[in-house]
Amino acid sequence: MKRILLFIALLFVFVHVEANEAVPVAADPAIEKRMIALSENLRCLVCQNESLAASQAELALDLKQEIREMMKKGESDKQIVAYLVHRYGDFVLYKPPVKSTTLLLWYGPFLFLVAGLAALYFSIKKRRTQIVETALSQDEQQRAQSLLENNQ
Amino acid sequence: MKLKFAIPLVLFLLLSVFLWKGLRMDPRRVPSPLIGKAAPEFVLSDIHDPTRTFSSQTMLGKVWLLNVYASWCESCRDEHPLLVAFSGKQLAPIIGLDYKDKPEDARQWLDRMGNPYTLSVSDLDGRVGINYGVYGVPETYVIDKQGIIRDKIIGPVTQQRIDDQLIPLIKELSQ
Repeated sequence: MKRILLFIALLFVFVHVEANEAVPVAADPAIEKRMIALSENLRCLVCQNESLAASQAELALDLKQEIREMMKKGESDKQIVAYLVHRYGDFVLYKPPVKSTTLLLWYGPFLFLVAGLAALYFSIKKRRTQIVETALSQDEQQRAQSLLENNQ
Repeated sequence: MKLKFAIPLVLFLLLSVFLWKGLRMDPRRVPSPLIGKAAPEFVLSDIHDPTRTFSSQTMLGKVWLLNVYASWCESCRDEHPLLVAFSGKQLAPIIGLDYKDKPEDARQWLDRMGNPYTLSVSDLDGRVGINYGVYGVPETYVIDKQGIIRDKIIGPVTQQRIDDQLIPLIKELSQ
């Protein structure tokens, strides 16, 4: 009898653990897939080096639920991103938008490229003027000629 | 000719300045896009009396603080005595937003720690918190007479931030 009771008790423990660990699975796998694809490009503000998709922080879970619900309502990815940016700023985006304050961030590397090319151009040009071409003397001309002929 | 050798050194120093500055910046202090925008409206129930609701609309015409806190939040404990002292000065009402917390836990917590809030409302599912862009409790918002968010402090307030940031701003907005 005791054993049976223990067994039943254990069953309940097991069920309880299951209930605790079960992650709410979205009813619609298509929405889940879309949500994960979108949230991989969004930053979790609590643990900033993690994406919203990877994060298990409470706020991230809430936001993912929010995204699921917005998707179910038929809102576009753009609308959802706008919703998050409105609240948390551009910082939630891993890929910052091109605007006046981020121009240097986006196009700065090209400035460096142009500067590097310009420096290269001018240094080559300068080096060319430093090279003084002198004509070979009669003697040297003959030596060169004989060396070339011997080689053949 | 000698100047040319200084170029890498200058570039190195410039880079060091940027990196040094970058190291000393706090990545947790994300500028809120809501500063200068209307504070999101909400209607929530009082943690002391769930039958009573509070609407943020009723605060129009007043300069007020919205303090997001929770009984489970460790650093709220640090700032709490400062808020209690601040509320004694009667400069501006503080509305408490009890974020993702059981009202009874918050009640006990306030009984023990003192209650600086004119009113404290329960944001059980954290939805109002999301609308305010809350990501690290505690957070404190300064809202002006027109209902515009004028400033936000992320993380616990310190005596220095109260004296140098909050009080001058509240005085300026109250005029």
